[in-house]
Amino acid sequence: MTRVRRWLPGLLLVSPSIVLIAVFVYGLLGWNLKLAMTDKHNEIAEIPGNFAGLENFTGIWSEERWGLSVRHSIVFTVVFVAGALVLGWLLAFLMEKGIRAESGFRAVYLFPMAVSFIATGVVWRWLMNSATGEHAVGLNRLFHSMGLDFLQWQWFRDPDWGMAAMAIPAVWQMSGYIMALFLAGFRGVPDELREAARVDGCGEWGVYRHVVLPMLRPVTLSALIILGHISLKVFDLVVAVSGKQIITDVPATFMWTAVYDSHDPAKGATIASYIVLSVVIFVVPYLIWNARKGNRP
Amino acid sequence: MTAHVAEEAPRTAPATPAREKGRAGTWVRLVLLLLFVLVFLIPVYVLLVTSFKPLSEADPAQAWNLPKVWTTEAWRVAWEKLEPGIVNSFLLAVPGSLISAALGSLNGYVLSKWRFPGADVLFTLFLFGMFIPYQGVMIPLVQLMVDMGDALGVQLYGGIPGLVLAHVVYGIPICTLIFRNYYVTIPDELIEASRVDGAGMLRTLWSIVLPVSGPAFAVVIIWQFTSMWNDFLFAVFLTGPTSWPATVMLNNIAGAVTTPYSQQMAAAILASIPTMVVYVLLGRFFMRGLMAGALKG
Repeated sequence: MTRVRRWLPGLLLVSPSIVLIAVFVYGLLGWNLKLAMTDKHNEIAEIPGNFAGLENFTGIWSEERWGLSVRHSIVFTVVFVAGALVLGWLLAFLMEKGIRAESGFRAVYLFPMAVSFIATGVVWRWLMNSATGEHAVGLNRLFHSMGLDFLQWQWFRDPDWGMAAMAIPAVWQMSGYIMALFLAGFRGVPDELREAARVDGCGEWGVYRHVVLPMLRPVTLSALIILGHISLKVFDLVVAVSGKQIITDVPATFMWTAVYDSHDPAKGATIASYIVLSVVIFVVPYLIWNARKGNRP
Repeated sequence: MTAHVAEEAPRTAPATPAREKGRAGTWVRLVLLLLFVLVFLIPVYVLLVTSFKPLSEADPAQAWNLPKVWTTEAWRVAWEKLEPGIVNSFLLAVPGSLISAALGSLNGYVLSKWRFPGADVLFTLFLFGMFIPYQGVMIPLVQLMVDMGDALGVQLYGGIPGLVLAHVVYGIPICTLIFRNYYVTIPDELIEASRVDGAGMLRTLWSIVLPVSGPAFAVVIIWQFTSMWNDFLFAVFLTGPTSWPATVMLNNIAGAVTTPYSQQMAAAILASIPTMVVYVLLGRFFMRGLMAGALKG
């Protein structure tokens, strides 16, 4: 009894949040999934829609536009995740041993994080303008004036690799964050460990290879999860850079079109479910691993 | 850019500064880092330069040049178009971040100091909410807002209050995480002593915990302010024209083919000023929010 009296007040205090999370996160996810399994393809008609099983989930693969958006999403994810990881790691590596004006460097690399994708999209759309030759502006113009015309390309309008271009602003925005994560990781390696390895005859590279790299693994995993889940739901950046063009369609923009232009709630919910599923697949194992580890600071 | 971002990564001075080939290595690193600074600042240069150009200089050949005639005309027009959105963004982000911080503080306190059976499982269930793609709840959320608004006799869908509600609810996970990790560092003995003195849960919160919570509040408020200010997805789905925040208005301004680049760029800068101010003045707290987001418990 006294035990219960000890923890009950706490439970009561968080209960509003428990209810909110239960309803708004889990409840609505369930609702969305349920909607995705109906044939409610007309928003205007007030019919609840009949149960249709997994019909929408399989049917959508026969749409060319869906296939495109999945392909785009994969290209974007690969380029963005790899780009931000490598650049972020490189920046941290360059600063790891301490460098003059380090805080100034960090401030510059990190500031894009504070700005919205919509705002940066405005300038990147200009930078990645697809016009070439005399009419080129943006980066193409820069290449032109440096005599590097062969570097000019269509950027995000390129039908095959446009999404790789779309990932460039995302890398610009996020690599400073990854740098900060890696830098904290580097600095978290105790000097005694490095010193011990040196005493044991390791060269600088050996110290790095055998001491530092293994200790960076958890940071790398966190970075991977963060970048991956941002990538799979990317929306604002694509809208800001290219609007609603099929050529840069990703599942999130396709869903927007399904809801607002085709007025098809079941289809929108199906796409949404796929986005959730793609994130769940790698976030849930991570969360479980993290909880086992004990969440201790 | 000031140096405030610096403090987070532990500042361990390099144990062995400038070993044998240190000198040359340092210079190479410095040059590389400076090169990256230039690359990172290219979009800033474009934004600033273009925003001060008159229409007559909207010529591809001068795209990268400084303006021949400096004018603030574009800024004036951009401000006229964007002002209602900026006001809306403040109406959203100021109360939203304060409510988020209050809720996060309660949850974090209980989950670290007044734990009940199953608290860890609950915490992990909360954390999952941090990663869900909001697309997965968007469609039912709109419906729920409409229904709740009807039931309560207020307008939730289409207005700022509904948007605040959404941000507060989906901000619970990160706010709880930040406060929990902060409160874990308060010694349990302090709480015990307060209990022995006969203080209840709320009394202890009020007179022991809250007085030392300043930094955590700063982190959460800044973090939530920034993400509410920068959000686009919720705003697009949940608000109507009169309550569009700055991101949506900016997207509409910049998406219109008729808007000159100078105005688009000026509007993008205007829409980013508040978060940039936060970043410059309070970068250290901004950074801590980022690190919490990394689940680096």
